[in-house]
Amino acid sequence: MAKKKDFYQLEKNIIRLKEKIEIFAADETDDAKKKINQIKEKIALEWERIVPILTPLQTVQIARHPQRPYTLDYLEALTEDFMEIHGDRRSADDPAIVAGLGFYRGRSVAFIGHQKGRTTRQRIARNFGQPNPEGYRKALRVMKMAEKFGIPIVTLIDTPGAYPGIWAEEHGQAEAIAYNLREISKLKVPVVNIVIGEGGSGGALAVGVGDAILMLENSFYSVISPEGCAAILWKDQKAVPQAAENLKFLAQDLLELGIIDKIIPEPPGGAHIDYNLTFKNVDKYLNVTLKRLEKMDAEERREQRYQKFRKIGVFTEK
Amino acid sequence: MTNMWTRCNRCRRILYKQDILDNLYVCPECSFHFRISAKKRLFMLFDDGKYELFDEAIFPEDPLNFKDSKTYSNRLKENQNKTSLPDAVLNAIGTMDGISIVVSAMEFSFMGGSMGSVVGEKITRAFEKALSEKVPVIVVSSSGGARMQEGVLSLMQLMKTSAAVARLDEEGIPYISVIVDPTTGGVTASYAMLGDINIAEPDALIGFAGPRVIEQTIKEKLPKGFQRSEFLLSHGMLDDVVDRGYLRSYLIRALRLFLNRHQ
Repeated sequence: MAKKKDFYQLEKNIIRLKEKIEIFAADETDDAKKKINQIKEKIALEWERIVPILTPLQTVQIARHPQRPYTLDYLEALTEDFMEIHGDRRSADDPAIVAGLGFYRGRSVAFIGHQKGRTTRQRIARNFGQPNPEGYRKALRVMKMAEKFGIPIVTLIDTPGAYPGIWAEEHGQAEAIAYNLREISKLKVPVVNIVIGEGGSGGALAVGVGDAILMLENSFYSVISPEGCAAILWKDQKAVPQAAENLKFLAQDLLELGIIDKIIPEPPGGAHIDYNLTFKNVDKYLNVTLKRLEKMDAEERREQRYQKFRKIGVFTEK
Repeated sequence: MTNMWTRCNRCRRILYKQDILDNLYVCPECSFHFRISAKKRLFMLFDDGKYELFDEAIFPEDPLNFKDSKTYSNRLKENQNKTSLPDAVLNAIGTMDGISIVVSAMEFSFMGGSMGSVVGEKITRAFEKALSEKVPVIVVSSSGGARMQEGVLSLMQLMKTSAAVARLDEEGIPYISVIVDPTTGGVTASYAMLGDINIAEPDALIGFAGPRVIEQTIKEKLPKGFQRSEFLLSHGMLDDVVDRGYLRSYLIRALRLFLNRHQ
């Protein structure tokens, strides 16, 4: 089987065309404008050609794209007066998870999200968005605070996974995740989860469950990374594309499996192509979802949350 | 070597099989705890080794049509033939020292005790049975984690089972988690760590990430005893480490204390 190109290679052509637009843009003649429009059409056509034939692994590359909007970008675009809250009140503050309160469309909302870094220095500081137990404990602390004030909770999921390190194990990585799952099931306020990039296994799940799970079109939510799966089952990194296909972790797959509620469309080629359009779409879906959940009775909502997960699973009973 | 003899995995001594059997599959020389099947586990815990299985006829499917070197369907068949079980857990009800109780025991030899839809469903039903019968529940966990071949369906079993534990909390039903070698990944990150007490057998590997993954990530050798029961106990993650020989009596004592039933 011929090796499929990386998404980044596919994107190169388009980046080149965009650079051309910039060159013509300096020139304000009608001729230049015409050329710009031609190039824009060409770009649209190119996306129309590429997007329908993207492989699961290429979609993963969009989800991991270094220019993809991260949690803090969404918070800046969607909230007013965002106030970050730090620390788990036990031992540390985990920079891989951002948590706090902000106004979203006029009301207080608690936001919790994984944060990857943009520059090398930021990436290291954020531990590449891989939380330690303290991150999950901070997240839960903010969720409980939100519950106290009757404030809805919105989580943004974007992590390769919980950090596999010595400190993490010593401090109870597994316990922190398990504890969050149990406690989230009890919360009396609405909880909306939005997978904005990588939904990496338990590390995503610990803040990635609630009343409604929304997924951006090019995000994924998986039990294991395609690389991890290829290493364990195929014992060969060449099998990463097959692992990505087998795991059925894309938004469309999860919608069909009845695990997520809605897919949020992205601009052609991915969220990084047009931040504003992405924010607009996220805002639209989040607003509708929150409104629907806020109308429900708290007990009814909690019961529905329980049933949502209770019925997940495929088996036969004889 | 004939069937009468075997070698201890730890001290490497040649042992008479019957001696190990009489000692609950613990090496009489170095007290290494051999891995045992779910059936043997149930037999050891219940009064007179008697119990009733429930939810026996729940069988796995291959919802993703998963195929690596083998198809998942074939892997399931192989493991079903090998273990004579439909999947990696048994649910049972019976008594321990006269106390009615539900016990779920995981079968590590079935695809590494991995949790897919069936395991998640059966563990949840064990909790629900405890709720409806108003009896305590014990889960003996042994698992490599969530089952990759069922993708995100497996991942969501973490939430399903943890949410069921929350209901036990609300109804005041005791839940004891017994963790045995090895338990990692999704099972540790859900019900195995959510007992009113979490206890383990000695020297069991217990963790979130597997030791190899950690070593590859941090590019360092791991300290001796890392992620073993005693390590978890000293880091505050377990309530106690209990030898298999004392496990039943330990559990009975805990149940009596939880239920306020003095002898």
